[in-house]
Amino acid sequence: MRFIFKTSYDQDINLARHNGQRLWYGLLGLVALAAPWVLPEYWLAQLTFIYIYATVGVGLMLLAGFTGQFSIGHAAFMGVGAYAEAYLAARGWPFPLAMATSVALSGAVGVVVGLPALRVKGLYLGIATLSFGFIVEEIMARWESVTGGSAGRAVVAPAIGDWKVNSSEGFYLLCLVCVALSTLLVMNLLRSPTGRAFVAMRDSEISAQSMGITLSVYKSMSFAISAALAGLGGALYAHKMQFISPEQFSIVQSIDLLLMVVVGGLGSVHGAFLGAAFLIGMPQLISLGKDFLPPVIGQAAGLQGVVYGVILIAFVMLEPMGIYGRWLKVRTWLELYPFYRRGMFKRQKTFQKSDRLK
Amino acid sequence: MMTSIPNPEILLSARDLTVRFGGVLAVNKVSFDVKRGEVFTLIGPNGAGKTTVFNLISRIYNPTAGTLSYEGRNLAEVAPSRIATLGIARTFQNIELFEHATVLQNLLIGRHVHRRTSMWSDMLFLPAVRDAERQTRRKVEEVIDLLELQHYRDQLVAGLPYGVRKVVELARALATEPKLLLLDEPSSGLNVEETGDMAFWIQDIQRDLGITILMVEHDMGLVSKVSDRVLAMNQGEVLALGTPGEVQSNAAVIEAYLGTVDDVASLRRQAAPVHAGGMA
Repeated sequence: MRFIFKTSYDQDINLARHNGQRLWYGLLGLVALAAPWVLPEYWLAQLTFIYIYATVGVGLMLLAGFTGQFSIGHAAFMGVGAYAEAYLAARGWPFPLAMATSVALSGAVGVVVGLPALRVKGLYLGIATLSFGFIVEEIMARWESVTGGSAGRAVVAPAIGDWKVNSSEGFYLLCLVCVALSTLLVMNLLRSPTGRAFVAMRDSEISAQSMGITLSVYKSMSFAISAALAGLGGALYAHKMQFISPEQFSIVQSIDLLLMVVVGGLGSVHGAFLGAAFLIGMPQLISLGKDFLPPVIGQAAGLQGVVYGVILIAFVMLEPMGIYGRWLKVRTWLELYPFYRRGMFKRQKTFQKSDRLK
Repeated sequence: MMTSIPNPEILLSARDLTVRFGGVLAVNKVSFDVKRGEVFTLIGPNGAGKTTVFNLISRIYNPTAGTLSYEGRNLAEVAPSRIATLGIARTFQNIELFEHATVLQNLLIGRHVHRRTSMWSDMLFLPAVRDAERQTRRKVEEVIDLLELQHYRDQLVAGLPYGVRKVVELARALATEPKLLLLDEPSSGLNVEETGDMAFWIQDIQRDLGITILMVEHDMGLVSKVSDRVLAMNQGEVLALGTPGEVQSNAAVIEAYLGTVDDVASLRRQAAPVHAGGMA
């Protein structure tokens, strides 16, 4: 058990709470940097996908987990980023500039979609963002001069002039930089007045307003940042897939993204990463498991959807704090061993509004 | 009508304030002035319109008629989220804290009106943001010291007992450094000892910090102890205004709470035959 002796306010302001965290996250960073030289091609590609989804996940976590606004159309922001990137890259823009433009464009679309959030809440906001997702999917299918329509379009490798990032190692490092930067920016936001305003709106809008937080401004801000990060993820996704088509950014993708943050653990940045690992790792596990199932079930179409559905229901019912919440319990058990008490994390209804984070 | 020359002694002034919800007249032509530095209390039976007056001041409702002016400024022209910037802070009858945040974070959110950094600098966490954070923390610690919340600093609000939440909410309001503090039933749900503490804190806030307090309260012990002036309301109308002693001995106020002597007598007469019948 670690007891932190606090002697300065900076200890509460710093990202790392103690030296142990610095050590472990430092090691994790080193491992991530060394991965291209250690891991075989296939696993490197999986890891790259985890980073891409984590970039989107961190953004969606900010919106859903910290601001309390659910978006069931987040894949559309990914789509905006992906198509903008594909279009600009094809015109020979250097990739940092093309990606910055795609991110800005997604962010701007986020503000526009955020406008209904100022009026509607909960389920109704979900429906508004859902229909936004359908509209964008339709635009992607129809605007053939830019998107290539339903047939999709190829995406060239990220390049600056003649220098190209076309090795999988190079692209892995690019994704690592992007996810690390996005996470850092979001963590910075969360420890500053802006992030606290988001959390305040999530827990009590009326009270946030009486503390001087302009709800409309901060909700739009949250939508914009979240959409911008989804756009960044989308741009990376386009390069990784080398081919994009509208059905990659459909409602199924949006639901996957939502599943990712809920299973990972709403209200924690770690959750975005754990959720991304879950989302990428699950199809492999399912295909491994297929061999052990009777062929009628194992070979049935839609097995993956059923498994995802069951897992989501199980998490909502048994572990609402997701994989990260479960990890916290395991860690506490290890730290306190043998003094862990049953029911330590039992949710209590101490007061009427205790479980308002829905 | 009132001339609009602002009297420097008066912080908040309500003139003919009226609110109608459909057919219900919740507040009917209520006028009062809150002087700088005083504790002004609204009392009255349930449904008298006290909390509605609070919600008018914090702009959650709009008045149907009448005006509210604060430091000579018409509150109807101020956006709800700007009320806090004017120096008006409030607590809520049913406690509206940020449940999934720690006590410290709740109080830090209370400092939101004093934020000087932008979203962009927050994102990059520039040195200016760190300085501002340290400054914010120092201010919050002053409030924590005043209300003796050190023990609960890093606990989640969701796990705190009711009495402590009440104090945290008061602390959050104080963290905004208000000129006018609106307290909606500060003692409801508190035990005798906690109510006693609350009375001391209200006096401290008024005397040491020089904050004007407008309060809704039912506990007449607390009201008489801390209030300079009391306004009694019933069914949206003003019954009496004066010192706690004057208001408590006012015939109309006693009638609103207990009914008139005649009412009580007639109730007895009505009850008597039934009672006698039951006996026989």
